[in-house]
Parts: sequence; structure tokens; C-alpha cells
Amino acid sequence: MLAAIVNQILQGVLLGGLYAMFAMGLSLSVGILRFVNIAHGDLIVAASFLLLTLTSQLGLPPFLAVLLVIPVAFGGGYLLQRLLFQRALGKSVLPIILVTFGLSIIIQNGLLGAYGADTRKVAGGAFETATLALGDGVNIGVLPLTIFLTAVAMIGLLDRLLYATRIGARIRAVSDDVATADLVGLPSARIYAIAMGVVGVTIAISAGFMSIWTNFDPASGPSRLITAFEAVVLGGLGSLWGTLAGGIVLGVAQSLGAQVDAAWQVLAGHLVFLTVFLIRPQGLFPRS
Amino acid sequence: MFEPKAFWTVAMGRGLLALGAAVLIVGPALFSIPQLQLLTQFLSLLVIAIMWNLLAGYADIVSIGQHAFVGIGAYAFYGFAVFAGLNPFIALVMAGATALLFALPVMLVIFRLREAYLAVGSWVVAETLMLIAGKLSAFGGGSGVSMPVSVVKELGAQPALRYETIYWLSFALAGLALASTFILMRSRVGIGLTAMRDDEEGAGAIGVNLIRSRILCFLWAAPFLGIAGGIITLQKLRVAPPASFSITDWTVYVIFIVVIGGIGSFEGPIIGTIVFFLIRQYLADIGVWHFILLGVLSIAVILVEPRGLWGLLRRIVPQDLIPVSHAPPRRRRAQTPDADKAPSPTL
Amino acid sequence: MASSALLSIENLSVFHGQFQAIHDLNLEVAAGEIVSIIGANGAGKSSLLKAIMGRADRIEGAIRFEGADLAGRSTAAIVGGGVALVPEGRRLFPSLTVEENLNIGWEVGTRGDVGFEDVYGYFPMLRERRRQKARELSGGQQQMVALARALLASPRLLLCDEISLGLAPTIINDLYEIIAKIRDRGVGIVVVEQDIARSLAVANHFYCLLEGRINLSGRPQDTTREIVAKHYFGV
Repeated sequence: MLAAIVNQILQGVLLGGLYAMFAMGLSLSVGILRFVNIAHGDLIVAASFLLLTLTSQLGLPPFLAVLLVIPVAFGGGYLLQRLLFQRALGKSVLPIILVTFGLSIIIQNGLLGAYGADTRKVAGGAFETATLALGDGVNIGVLPLTIFLTAVAMIGLLDRLLYATRIGARIRAVSDDVATADLVGLPSARIYAIAMGVVGVTIAISAGFMSIWTNFDPASGPSRLITAFEAVVLGGLGSLWGTLAGGIVLGVAQSLGAQVDAAWQVLAGHLVFLTVFLIRPQGLFPRS
Repeated sequence: MFEPKAFWTVAMGRGLLALGAAVLIVGPALFSIPQLQLLTQFLSLLVIAIMWNLLAGYADIVSIGQHAFVGIGAYAFYGFAVFAGLNPFIALVMAGATALLFALPVMLVIFRLREAYLAVGSWVVAETLMLIAGKLSAFGGGSGVSMPVSVVKELGAQPALRYETIYWLSFALAGLALASTFILMRSRVGIGLTAMRDDEEGAGAIGVNLIRSRILCFLWAAPFLGIAGGIITLQKLRVAPPASFSITDWTVYVIFIVVIGGIGSFEGPIIGTIVFFLIRQYLADIGVWHFILLGVLSIAVILVEPRGLWGLLRRIVPQDLIPVSHAPPRRRRAQTPDADKAPSPTL
Repeated sequence: MASSALLSIENLSVFHGQFQAIHDLNLEVAAGEIVSIIGANGAGKSSLLKAIMGRADRIEGAIRFEGADLAGRSTAAIVGGGVALVPEGRRLFPSLTVEENLNIGWEVGTRGDVGFEDVYGYFPMLRERRRQKARELSGGQQQMVALARALLASPRLLLCDEISLGLAPTIINDLYEIIAKIRDRGVGIVVVEQDIARSLAVANHFYCLLEGRINLSGRPQDTTREIVAKHYFGV
């Protein structure tokens, strides 16, 4: 009994790692570009389908496929920001919300047209099912553990990128005050685009893990977006390490909810989110 | 400015609106049952579009969760009509009241989020409510439940009569939504919101209580959406979580309608709903492409002419067909008692 | 129209939307001189500086820097070409450290001969506080960072917008001492101030702006404060 609960909580914590991966990209766009990209989840799903094609059609191993998709995703994020989102940024947030919303619908239906409505998954091989026994009936999956550790490493790297590199300082400068950045000669549009390229990299990596660990279909994007959004808000808007905490809270809530039934899995996550949000709207780790 | 051509475009536009209204009034005598059903759908969607435009176009509440109130209305209507055995007309009113009641706690959540985050926040709330609706075993849980025929028969013994009644209900709701929102937009609240949208300092100068106005608009929209949900249930004769709380039907389409028609104008939702039904009638068989077309069209509209089709037409038509703003003509404005308090045009 | 001028502005008009902020303005700055622009609030001083930095909605006329027209160039290209601005109200990046703020000034600039050692020499306090966040500094210290950030771009033309606003007189004196030193290195400097006395004291040349037009210009020693004050207020 105890072992079962410990297993569920552990599973939830590790699931939180995947959610943190979804969330860290969204957190960057919220913190730096000051908007919520409604197509964020759809972009993750689109990258997953791209991985599906690379692995099943071309027979590439998943790891290699992700390595190939990373630069594509960086370029895609860069161009998306430069050619589309940048034109919708301004005093009002209405245009950018509506543009990303329209993009979300286009991606969902584009994927539906290209791949059909079937639920898919990328085959991960033995890696997928391997477990480590921790004794007393407590087991831990190698894949979920890898995902969790990767998420921690990614947050660490993003943190270093922002706080210990020149491009990071530029990104934070633009995030602080874009008007001043423009006035002193920083190319803010390009810096935004690079930040979105970095978001693209997080999307590619999280798509790699998501497509092996969970099922997905063309309509999966919104639920990924909502999960990411909840983790970002729970963690404290704009806080990178907070996304990990938010992801873990959601993961554990869902994992325990799933004990009741499948519908309770998602509902429990939402209810915990709403409760915590009403008590602590600034999130668990608000950025000062 | 006062060329005869300009005058005629306005007159023609108003004439078209009047003609449309006239056709709707004599509708039941003209149209077959399927056509009447289509018009009922048109009017229901128009109500939802008017309300989304009120929120996003004027009150700065860009919600992606308004379908929640349609769903709440649907379930409440079912509950009051079937379980409580109320007359369907009263049950419709109760559906509106229930939606209004739910709007209060929902507001508590989403108004704590800044506008950029409110969109997804409202979506989370709608998802949660839909999942909870799926837990209500009395309403058939996740698969939903059909309406007993006895309830429907209260609207008329024959199907033809029933459909006519449902049509008149949606007609009345759309009329009420248009007229009351028109009055709201011409009140101090509406003037203040318009001023705020166009120039924040101007709104500050006339002392608009922004938060109070936004709350009022949010609460305003809820009962209309709830009643619309009830009418839609009468048509479909069924409630089910994914259909009654359909984000595609009551939010995605509605956003496309308002954006393409012209956000922040009174004419926009009307034009948008007409265009949407034309697209749906003639392009529905292209499947996913009609979604992609709507998505591309709405992005293009936002980037090229954020005021939508009505914004494009407005380049030819010199004034609003439905004059919600008090500004022109100049002469009348000078006679308005609070003309000096009105926001000045930006230099 | 001496071709030797570092900055030469010819028949410049600046527009913000429908509003015309500058009317048909002519102005010159030579290397190694300080030019003061004097004017009341709303006279168009900041609009002029923004236009030079390539951030006006629309301009007519020519802004020539070292003979080349700046019209149509991006701010990044203008700064990289040797023009730097100390913006009104300091406008630092508050969550960045002093050092990071300064580093951005270096990166966007000409990567010329002004280095961190030079600005730390001018403002020793900045070296001590280089790891502190800009928002934690006092107003005077922030102004030093703003000036140092512009200097690190190694500009040949430096524009200073109301750098004495809200600061104590001793700090203002220090700042202007340093500006004089920078001038002596051969940099052309435009100083925008509301304080007439201060402007005339530091300038080699001055222009008085009223409602977007120059109504008086010359050398400070050829005029009196009273005459300038009259033109300043337009009476």
C-alpha cells in the first residue's frame, strides 16, 4: 500500500519533469517577450510529428532525430518571431494573442490533414520500458528519470545562458525595457527572435521525450499548452526553476488523481492549479 | 466629406441591415424547416459573437473560455427543464441566471491574471468546468444524455411549430443582445471603454472606473451565453460535455467571426457571422482546409487591417451604420452636455 | 555649411504622427566642441536627439554625420557608426548589473579606444559597484552608469539628454567636468538642458529652441543670460 503511494508520487514527480520541459519554453516567452504563445503546445505536437516521420519513415533512431530537429526548431522559432509575432507586438496584447491563436488552429488542422486523427507514439526501444528497482517494491522508470534529469539540466543551462553569456544579458536587457534597448542601439527584434529560437530548442527536446513517453494526436496541443501554462503560473511567472516546481505539483496531483479514474487525472491537476492560484496568485517562486 | 456618394453608401448599408432584419421577421413564413434551423444557428452564434466582441473588443478581456458559459447554460437548462420540470421558457431564464451565478467565481480567477495570461487562464477554467460536467452522473457523465420528448412537446405539438418557436426564441435573444449591448455601449460605461481602448489617458481624464466597467461587461455577457446554450440544447435535444462545452463551436469559430468581421465595432460580429455561414455553407466539404483558411484569414486581418472587414468597408462608408460612438457629427457633439468631458481625438 | 562639421543638420523637420515637433532646423557640431541646445519643456529638444538616433516617425531634410546621411539607418547602425546617446531619465536596464549595463554600451558601439579602465577612471565608484544591479543605485550613480554606457561605445558624437535632471549640484558639477574631458579627447558633444546658466557655462556654441524652431544661436560669450532667457520663454 505504502509502496503503491510512493510509486505514484515518484511517478508524478518524474512526470513533472516533462511538464517543466513544456513549461520552460513558455516561461521564456512570457518572461522575455511578454506574451503567452497559444500555439506553444501545438508546436510541441508538430515537432513530435516531425520526429515521427524521421523515425518511422527514414528509420532514424529517436536520439539522432531529435538532434536533427533541434537546429530546425531554433530556425523555426527565429523565423516565426521575426516574420510573424514581431509584427503583432505592440501596446495592446490583443493582436499577438489572436495571431498565436490563429496559428494554433492552423497547426492543428494542418497536422490533421497531413497525418490523420489517429493517436501516435514514437517507438523508443528497450529504453522505454527499463526500470530501476529501489527496493521495497518502489520502482522507477529509466525513461521518466532521464526526462526529469534532462529537464533539470535544461533549466540549469537556460539559467546559465541568461545570466552568464553576452546574448543572455542582451535578452534580459530587452526584457527589462525594450524601448531603451532600441534607443541605445540594441537590435531588439533580432534578440527577440534569438530568444524564440531558444524556445524552439526546448520545444524540440520536449517533443522528443513526449513522443516516446506519451501518446499524441493532432489535437493534443491545447492540453500541452494548458499544462505548460499552469506550471508557469504555479511556479511564478517568468521563473525558470519555478516551472520545475509547478510541473512537479501538477504531475503529483495528476498521478494521484489517476488512482481514482482517468478523467480525474486531468481534473485533479486543474483543481490543484486553481486552488493554489487562488491562495497564491503570484506563484510558488515569484521572480523578484 | 458630405459627398452624395458617401451618403448613399451609408444609406445602402443601413438599408441592407433593415432588409436583413425584415427577412428574419418574416422568416418562418418564407423558409423551410432546415433553413429555419440554419437561421436559428446563425442567430445563436451571432449572440455569442456579439458578447465576445463586447469583451475582447471593448473591455480588454480576451477570453478563450467563453464556451464554458454556453455549456453551463445548456446543463442548467436541462436540469431546470427535465429534473425540476420547469416550463422550458422559464428554464431558459434560469439557464441565464445560472451562467451569471457561475460568472462570479470565474471572474475571481481570471481577473487576477494580467490580460496576456487571462486568455489561457479562462481556457483552464472552461476545461475544468467541462470535466466537472462529465462527472455529473445525472447528466449521463462523459457521454451525455438526451432530452425527453415530453419536455420538447411543451414548445409545440408538431415539429414545425417547435422549430418556429425555437427560431423566435433565438430571434428574441439576438434582438435583445443587440439592443441592450447597443444601449450599454452608448452609456457612460461604453463611452469610457471605447475611450480607454483608443487612448488610455483620455479615459483617465473622464474618470472611468475601468475595473468596474470590465466586471460589468463580463457579467453582462454570461446570461446571454447561458440562454444561448439553452436554445442550442433545445435544437440539439441533447447535452454532452464535449458538445455543450465545445471550444470549436462556441469559441474558435466565434473568435474567427469577430476578428474577420471587425473586432471592436458593432457591425463586425454581424458581418463576420454572415461571412462565416457563407464559408461554412460553401466550403465545409474541404474539411480541415476551411479551418486553415479561417486561421490564415484571421491572421492576415490582424496584421493588415485589424478592424476587419468592417474596417475595410469603413474606408468607403464614411460613418458607422450603427452609431455606438458619440463622436461625429461635430454639430451634435457641441450640444451634448458632457462634450467637454469627452475624450479629445489624439493629435 | 562647413564640410568639416562632424554633425550637420540641414532643413530638418521631424514628425510624430500628424504632429510636427521640429520645423526646418539647421545645426552644426564640430569635433571637440560642446553644443548646447536650450529650450523649455516641449520645445522639441528630445525630438531632435531622437531624430539623430534614427527613432523619429518621419523626418524631412538631412542629418549628416561625417558627411554621410543618417536617414533610413537603424539605431544600431547609427550607434555602431559612432553616435551615442545618454537618454533622458537615465534609462538603465534595472535588473542588469552595472557591469552588464556598461558591457552593452561597449558591444553596440564602435569598439574603439574607450575601455572599461577609462570609464572606471572617470567614475571610480562604478568599479566598486560593478556587480550591483542598476536599480539598486542612487539617481546620481545611475546617471554615471548611463554616461559611462554611452562612453564605452567610443562615440565620435555624444548626445546628452537632460543629464542633470533631479541631481544634486555637486554631482552635476562632476558630470560636466567629465564631459569637458571627453570633449578634450576630440569628441563632439550635444548637451540638452533646461538650465540656461549651466548650458551657457559649458558650451562652445548654443542653439535656443522654441516650439520646434531655432530662435537664437551663437557663442555664449557673445550674448547675455537675459537675452537667452527671453528667447527661451519666447517673450
